[in-house]
Amino acid sequence: MSRDVSLDRVTMRFASYVAVNNVSLDIKAGEFFSFLGPSGCGKTTILRMISGFMNPTEGRILIGGEDMKGNGPNKRPTALIFQNLALFPMMSVADNIAFGLEMRGVDKAVRRRRAEELLELVALPDAADKRVDELSGGMKQRVAIARALAVEPQVMLLDEPLSALDLKLRQHMRAELRAIQRRTGLTFIYITHDQGEALTMSDRVGVMSRGQLEQVGPPSEIYNEPATAFVAGFVGENNVFTGRITEVAGGQAVVETGAGRFVGRNPRGIRVGTQVVMLVRPERLKPLTVAGPTPENPNVLSRSVDHIDFEGAFANVHLKQPDGAKPLSMHISNDGSLTDLVGDRIFTVGFAPQDALVLAANGA
Amino acid sequence: MVQLYHRYGALLATLLIAATAIWVLMMVVLPYLVMAEYSFHPNLPMMQQGGPDDVYTLSNYASLFSGIDLLNGELPDDFRVFLRTIWGSTLVTFISLVVCYPVAWHLAKAAKPEQVGLLILLLIIPFWINEILRTFAWYIILAYNGPLNSALLGMGLLDKPYRWLSGSGGVLIGMTYAFILFMMFPLINAIETLDISQVEAARDLGAPEWQIHRRIVIPHAKPGIAVGSIMVFVLAASSYIVPAVLGSPGTRWFTETIYIWFFEGQDWPRGSAYAFILLGLCVVFILSVMRIFRVGLTDIAK
Repeated sequence: MSRDVSLDRVTMRFASYVAVNNVSLDIKAGEFFSFLGPSGCGKTTILRMISGFMNPTEGRILIGGEDMKGNGPNKRPTALIFQNLALFPMMSVADNIAFGLEMRGVDKAVRRRRAEELLELVALPDAADKRVDELSGGMKQRVAIARALAVEPQVMLLDEPLSALDLKLRQHMRAELRAIQRRTGLTFIYITHDQGEALTMSDRVGVMSRGQLEQVGPPSEIYNEPATAFVAGFVGENNVFTGRITEVAGGQAVVETGAGRFVGRNPRGIRVGTQVVMLVRPERLKPLTVAGPTPENPNVLSRSVDHIDFEGAFANVHLKQPDGAKPLSMHISNDGSLTDLVGDRIFTVGFAPQDALVLAANGA
Repeated sequence: MVQLYHRYGALLATLLIAATAIWVLMMVVLPYLVMAEYSFHPNLPMMQQGGPDDVYTLSNYASLFSGIDLLNGELPDDFRVFLRTIWGSTLVTFISLVVCYPVAWHLAKAAKPEQVGLLILLLIIPFWINEILRTFAWYIILAYNGPLNSALLGMGLLDKPYRWLSGSGGVLIGMTYAFILFMMFPLINAIETLDISQVEAARDLGAPEWQIHRRIVIPHAKPGIAVGSIMVFVLAASSYIVPAVLGSPGTRWFTETIYIWFFEGQDWPRGSAYAFILLGLCVVFILSVMRIFRVGLTDIAK
């Protein structure tokens, strides 16, 4: 059985430092929710407050509608998977998994059977009698998951548990975690600074910055419709043009930037004269065959190539900016014609107005 | 050795090694050899030494155990003292462990870093004073009309003064005090290396505080407990000053027995044999602790 988790105007202060600032959020039962943000944004503090290792200075944390105030970590229906996993090295794998049951006074034979079932679930049969230090990184990961599942929590809390693994294994474990979450139907709350992890696994993502929730939404919404310049910059890459709005019409805005005059979407209805950023994803920047702006293609630039990074599935073409600013990045997918991409040529590139997002500068 | 030659050249390296070897030989090995030799000879007047009666014998070792009559519960005095020393040292070791564990846990994990330095300093300062003086201080504290009895009487915890120094109480208290740091620091070091997230994980999985210590902290601290126990036991068993000052005739320690055979009984062979028996006791204790705690020499060296 899984429970919903609610944060009700939660604030956490350490002396004068505000780690979490007035965060309210409802996480649904059975949801895979990720907190995404750079280190120091307060996401770990939130996790530790939900698990009961810290108490918020203000606000309430509710699990299944019940105020958790005064309940320690051992009295909450949550199980936390630590960043370093924190397996007990002096115990066998089975004893690790059965530890929570042992603390609940469960009979030895029952504990053993349950440990073996859980090892089956995390695809590690035969590991029961191994020592923890005999396991590989991925296997330890699975044991940690099994140990947390053993106490039948209603909410699983995961503190960047994949960060110690190498890339291939990490990608594999993402799928595995997601599968385990689906199979068990538990509420998963996942902490990460890795946008790839957050986007691939989650039902919803909450992006955090400096103790505040910047945006909450499904991964596609976070990526396609970032609410603030911070979210746009933190999740995925962006080409950024800074400038001032000169014209607003029909949900679009004309922005006078250092690189030229461009048209983009203006979903927040920002007014003329405001200092803004215009954000264009590298994969939305496309080579064009036209010479100059037309009514269908209002955003056109001609730039020489700075350098090209061949990434396999696509090439990342870096285009020089006239004022010495950070080069533009353009992803060209590898359709077989990439071999004749060489440096030292002028690209004419453009982007559609609906692919350019206008947001207030500096997250204001 | 090769590195030494490499670094200092042949002459200097040879000198250094020779000096070390002579030191070890003269100061450590030789006295032991002389004592070992003594312990296997009968105690003869000077004139008969080297004579026909001067043969190798185990009688000095056997004399500790001769006269044990288990059927009638009769134990010879020296053997009684030997048993008391084993029991007393074990008790001192155990009391030290019980006293040190909470303090070591607090210093290693619970206290704020800025407090730890001060607390450790407070632990060490008394040990800047000579051991004899500290022991005499306890003599004063534990005296019949001393401050401890006055305090306990004043608080109403005692009806009449307690004779701390006539039983083994004074010796046990004094020894625990004298050797407690040898338990404290190995424990602190061992507990300090415990990853705090293991404690948190156990708590998160529902473990109450005592189970966290029983299942996580103590197993992790085992090498420290082993080292501390070995140190305290060996120091207690071979302690002379504390039982001499705080003990009474009824609480003689084995070291005192050895002293008596050497200097009052004028029986050096037997004194030597007893000294080796004490050494043997300590070795047996060390090996058993290593066995019980399943720690190796390398764990202890840490």
